[in-house]
Amino acid sequence: MGALLTIDDVHVRYGDLVALRDVSLTVAQGEVVCVIGPNGAGKSTLLAAVAGGVTPWRGSIRFGDTEVVGLRPEVVARQGLSLVPEGRHIFGTLTVDENLRIGGFIHKGRADAKADYERLLELFPRLRERLNFPAGRLSGGEQQMLAVARAVMTRPRLLLVDEPSLGLAPRIVDQIYEILLDLRQREGLTLVINEQSSNRILKHADRIYVLRGGRIQLEGRAADLADGEAIRSAYFGFGSPATLEGVTP
Amino acid sequence: MIGFLQNLIDAVSLGSIYALTALGIGLLFGILRLINFAHGDYITIGAYALIVPSADVTARLLIGDLPLIVMTPLICLIVVVAALLSDVLVFRPLRRASSPTLMIASFAVSYIIQNGVMMLYGARPKAVDLWSGANTQILIGDLRVPMLQLIILVVTLVLMTTLTLFLRKTPYGIQMRAAAEDFRMATYLGVRGNLVIGLAFAISGILAAAVSLLYTTQSGSLSHTMGLPLALFAFVAVVVGGMGSLVGAVVGGFTIGIIVTMLQAYLPPELRAFRDAFAFAFVILVLLVRPAGLVPSRTSFERV
Repeated sequence: MGALLTIDDVHVRYGDLVALRDVSLTVAQGEVVCVIGPNGAGKSTLLAAVAGGVTPWRGSIRFGDTEVVGLRPEVVARQGLSLVPEGRHIFGTLTVDENLRIGGFIHKGRADAKADYERLLELFPRLRERLNFPAGRLSGGEQQMLAVARAVMTRPRLLLVDEPSLGLAPRIVDQIYEILLDLRQREGLTLVINEQSSNRILKHADRIYVLRGGRIQLEGRAADLADGEAIRSAYFGFGSPATLEGVTP
Repeated sequence: MIGFLQNLIDAVSLGSIYALTALGIGLLFGILRLINFAHGDYITIGAYALIVPSADVTARLLIGDLPLIVMTPLICLIVVVAALLSDVLVFRPLRRASSPTLMIASFAVSYIIQNGVMMLYGARPKAVDLWSGANTQILIGDLRVPMLQLIILVVTLVLMTTLTLFLRKTPYGIQMRAAAEDFRMATYLGVRGNLVIGLAFAISGILAAAVSLLYTTQSGSLSHTMGLPLALFAFVAVVVGGMGSLVGAVVGGFTIGIIVTMLQAYLPPELRAFRDAFAFAFVILVLLVRPAGLVPSRTSFERV
């Protein structure tokens, strides 16, 4: 099986500001790939470009056999690619139930959308208790779970998750990662996860990219980068001096 | 007391017209961030579609002569097509444009429709006798209620209930609400942006068509600028009610209707000419106290 996602030499500009330059990245079927980098490195832009929310100025993004550059987000979503954006973007005035069903409308007419819905609620018992709540009243952790569940309702082959741990307590983040990895097991999902910090990711990812200043600074297997030294220097852009000992990016 | 109740009925019926118009404008604003000043001209199109195109002063009914059950869907269809055409030809190419750009484009659409109507039908207002039977009065106690005002109220309530059920219960309604809250996110989940926007234009067309029929029956006259004051007051209603909130649009519509009617009834005669100035002064007052409108739209809030 070849690469599920191939990003080739992608540049993204916002006016004069270059957000991504020469970014190339591949994700194989079934892999968990993590992109880490500081705030403003271009991580969110990268995922938005893949999901059709941002059109690259140059370069190609292939998902399976389809070139997705220039496709609208709703078309990309129908190819089997789903983005859980940073900040979750829950529809706060809709109920939890409606948020979930939005994800399933792509498969209108397919009998198993209902089955998907039930299966997901097994995974997210907290959401089942709150089905008729306005989603805006959920806690941050519950909103993040809803965002993931809603994305999975579209039956993606590739799930892009932008900073799932943002603003959440470590215990909640652990739960969310548990669910993500569980989904990978059960549904054969391929995952690309953005994070600012590598400590949790080193345990869970197969491969890691470090993005800083819109460029890929480092790429490698998580197992090879386990001591964190290479990541640290790529992340901060210089060798790790004594003062940075113990700092985990 | 009877006088006040009579005025109140007038107020509610005028408020219904404003509320229906404001709903059409509010719906599009919610999804597209477009303040559609051409909405009033959709109403004009629906009204002129009733008569034979000619420059004569007396209007001969064309579609307006058909039985109600044929006429209503036909007028709806014509206005919906006009609304969808304005989307496809003007607003779709401007999808990524800013809100002010869209609003200015809607002024252009408005002028084009007005001048088109003027070319086909002439610039002079026309008298039209659409459904004179509706102007008979019903006596409720000592109250004389024109039947038309009751019809207006009933039609308004039916349309609002239908719209609410559509938005709450149907898949497309849920998608429209999601798109109104966070358009980009909705498309990430596969919601077809152009379809949802087209639906919003179609629904706003149906609402405009209803106003065409009710308003023409009530006023008995047509003019190529007849939609303008409706759109203006409805826009004010949307602002007073709270931009982006449909409940707000309805509340705003009734509020404006009540204010205008009551000022007309109770202002000293020498001040009545300035009725609208008083009405807008009141609007400014409301906005000073509640800048987000009477029913502020609930935006999604993130919690940690």
